[in-house]
Amino acid sequence: MVPDHLMFFIDPNRCIGCQSCVHACSECDTHKGMSMIHLEYVDRQRSVQTAPVVCMHCDSPTCAEVCPADAIKRTPDGVVQSARKPRCVACNNCVLACPFGVPKSNPGLELMMKCDMCYDRSSAGLKPMCATVCPSGALFFGTQEQVEMLRPRSEPINRFRFGRQEVATKVRMMVPRGRAPEFVDVVAAMEGRPDGAGDEPGRGDGFVPVDMLMASLYEDGGSR
Amino acid sequence: MARPPAEALDIIDRYGPHRSYPHGVRLDAGLDPDRLVKTHCCFCGQQCGIQLKVKDEQVVGFEPWMDAPFSAGRLCPKGVRRYLQGSHPDRLLTALRRDPSAPGGFAPMGYEEAVARVAAEIGRIQEAHGRDAFAVLTGASLTTEKAYLMGKFARVCLGTRNIDYNGRLCMVSAGAGNKKAFGVDRAANPWSDIPKAEVVWISGANVAECAPITTDYVWQAREHGAKIIVVDPRITPIARTCDLFLPVKPGRDVALFNGVLHLMIENDWIDHEFIRARTVGFEKVAEHVREWTPRRTAEATGIAESTIRRAAEMWGRAKSSFLLHARGIEHHSHGVQNVLGAINMVLASGRIGREGCGYATITGQANGQGGREHGQKCDQLPGGRDIADPAHRAAVAKVWDVDPDGLPGPGVDAYEIFREVERGHVKGLLSICFNPKVSLPDSDYVARMLDKLDFYVAIDFFLNDTARHADVVLPGSLHEEDEGTVTQIEGRIIKINKAVACPGEARQDWRIIQDIAAALGRPKGFTFREPREIFDELRRASAGGVCDYAGVTYEKIERQGGVFWPCPADDHPGTPRLFEEGSWNPVARGAGPYYFPDGKARFNVAAYSPPAEDVDADYPLMLTTGRVVSQFLSGTQTRRIGPLVDQYPEPRIELHPRLAAELGIADGDWATVETRRGACTLRAMVVTTIRPDVIFVPYHWAGPKSINRLTVSAQDPISKIPEYKVCAARLSRAPGPPDYAGRLEPQQ
Repeated sequence: MVPDHLMFFIDPNRCIGCQSCVHACSECDTHKGMSMIHLEYVDRQRSVQTAPVVCMHCDSPTCAEVCPADAIKRTPDGVVQSARKPRCVACNNCVLACPFGVPKSNPGLELMMKCDMCYDRSSAGLKPMCATVCPSGALFFGTQEQVEMLRPRSEPINRFRFGRQEVATKVRMMVPRGRAPEFVDVVAAMEGRPDGAGDEPGRGDGFVPVDMLMASLYEDGGSR
Repeated sequence: MARPPAEALDIIDRYGPHRSYPHGVRLDAGLDPDRLVKTHCCFCGQQCGIQLKVKDEQVVGFEPWMDAPFSAGRLCPKGVRRYLQGSHPDRLLTALRRDPSAPGGFAPMGYEEAVARVAAEIGRIQEAHGRDAFAVLTGASLTTEKAYLMGKFARVCLGTRNIDYNGRLCMVSAGAGNKKAFGVDRAANPWSDIPKAEVVWISGANVAECAPITTDYVWQAREHGAKIIVVDPRITPIARTCDLFLPVKPGRDVALFNGVLHLMIENDWIDHEFIRARTVGFEKVAEHVREWTPRRTAEATGIAESTIRRAAEMWGRAKSSFLLHARGIEHHSHGVQNVLGAINMVLASGRIGREGCGYATITGQANGQGGREHGQKCDQLPGGRDIADPAHRAAVAKVWDVDPDGLPGPGVDAYEIFREVERGHVKGLLSICFNPKVSLPDSDYVARMLDKLDFYVAIDFFLNDTARHADVVLPGSLHEEDEGTVTQIEGRIIKINKAVACPGEARQDWRIIQDIAAALGRPKGFTFREPREIFDELRRASAGGVCDYAGVTYEKIERQGGVFWPCPADDHPGTPRLFEEGSWNPVARGAGPYYFPDGKARFNVAAYSPPAEDVDADYPLMLTTGRVVSQFLSGTQTRRIGPLVDQYPEPRIELHPRLAAELGIADGDWATVETRRGACTLRAMVVTTIRPDVIFVPYHWAGPKSINRLTVSAQDPISKIPEYKVCAARLSRAPGPPDYAGRLEPQQ
């Protein structure tokens, strides 16, 4: 069991794209040799911003709901486990249905695999590998009190909306304190510009990326 | 003489770099390791704690070390994958001799025979051409014990003045600047002061990629409300969400620092009392920066005037601050001036030597700090002593039980050693922990000089690109095959522990050096039985010096989670923060916290000059170089670790879309960079995160992918650091793939 007071927090604002989590993930014994974490550039041509995605461990996991073989179980501690090998028929329903795009099909094993919060570690008093090694604290595993103390500028949110589907998750996403919406509207966020356009040019404030504002910082507007 | 004995492809086929991936027991999920060995990562200066998992005398994995001082379990991808360098198919298991008829150009030879050959060649060359005709090149990834031994070996056993190390490429501008300003060369503060600062100023430091876990310290400052200012020609990941980004034109940092100081003085954002009581030289500097108006600063740096004003105000009004810099300001023909400019800004603010008020360079290599303190630099003796100072020579000669007059004088820097080869003064070379064919600028010149040597012996665990030119290669030890100390980024001495024995005929490096001394018939002073004995002698040799390790023991390191030098006595706990009010040091002797007789820090005029090779009509772009997070230095180790190669397989040319449009280059196209030294064809990566007048290429690769074939060998006149960070270049779309495409794997 993963103790109730320990929680997983993602803070994409802190992510530096180093891929430590990706490497460390594959060193965990429940999925040795395979990384279950997704880490991608949002738009490398325009920004160095990256987004780490672990399984959000939904309260009502869509992956389990669409599984025809009843192979995906959510344990009482709220961790949504990887598919059980004897049951999984590798139909890919979960891969297609997960709103966060987390499960991966392993064609060699004919098995769906996904992040299980390093269950061998997290159920034995250790942190998941990714949240252990993360150099920037973008992935954090600890108590609510710790995160409140360490991250006074942010607050956790665990409700997401995808169109008409609303999802509550065990894993928390850190968002700017005081600016936290009731839920993260993922579709709207994907359609918007993640570049802080409209803010005062040339100046991030710790949340607004400076990437797209670069030209205004040059002495000559950036021309050669 | 020493041209590579076979075609590059043949050497690569036999000796790599090949990629190692987890397989076999390393993928066994149920593995019950025989032991976990607490040690540190072998790569950068942060020295993250790690536990190596050992099974059947092989390193087969790692387990995070949660209580490790400084890193608390955190690791970058290099640390996570470092265990894959063990049991590697490319590992050298015997000594080798150059043999063009052998596969890969080298034939195995017996260890004793190889050592005897090395000793005979050293003897022959020194007899015929004098002692200085044999040179030694070393590295800052060696433990402090080995670094100390190399300095002693060169001066006492070989009697040559020509020893220098790869820290010459790394920390020397910071070191020289710190000595001029503070009289001592070490991070002024522990990293625990970073989160307590109101402003964190980061100049020329790609923190997220080159010192990844320092990111958390910076972000933690931000959580407490700190403003983060980043100065860089590229928007690096640490810059992405900073409060103020200053896209400086490469090589113009000192102009920015002078401009900020100008505004600090104009607006009276300076600490008059600190300047009066604790420093000398302010008036001269104030006079010098008077001409650095915001307008002129903007013109020189390429940063908008309003941005410069905002930076000066943020910095000037702060009550606490931490200034960090790294190679971005140091790798210049005026690197020391850049560093002095940064320090002037700190001194004028008075914010140093207190909690939350700090300054440091981010040291690059594993033992970048310890490796630059105890005598492997060309002008230095242990304890940070000066080889030209008669009192210093006498102190060390006494510990070494030799005649001080017999010790050689100062030698020349690592690059100059190759020029000495060209002049015919240096005929023989021993290298360890250094891959100059990849890491030195204008490296085709370096390769030609290697070819000109009468005799070259390399000590390494893999056949690195430079060792391909060797006559004899001696199989050295990996990091996990030896014990010793290193001094990390903050000045904290920590302990490296041995996990496994050397395989085959490979030997711990210090044993190899002692074997050569014995074969030369000069074993006196080289009969240590274990690294602890070397360390104990080093403690005595450093006693009373600036870098005083006298009170450090392996046990104290273990007990305290590291010891910060200076630590002059057994009952001394060490010194995490330098320059505290009332602190004692052996130079000031109580007169003040700085390492000068009057105890005061020095302002130094920081003079601006453009890069040695500025842009012109023929070469209109600025080429800058640096690192990526998944590779380390010349890639001898990391280009052999498969998952790290896969993360960023080959070097790419970063350029801005505006420049790309002008040149008709699309993302992913082959493009050719040219400088006055040569040309290099790589794939283009078109991104808005770089100045449109700058192109960036990382330097970890060898052969046709090595950007250091193109960089300029101009050096700082004081520190002798090369100007890696800017030279004039041009860029064009390549008509097709280069010759190497399809023949070489990405890491080769």
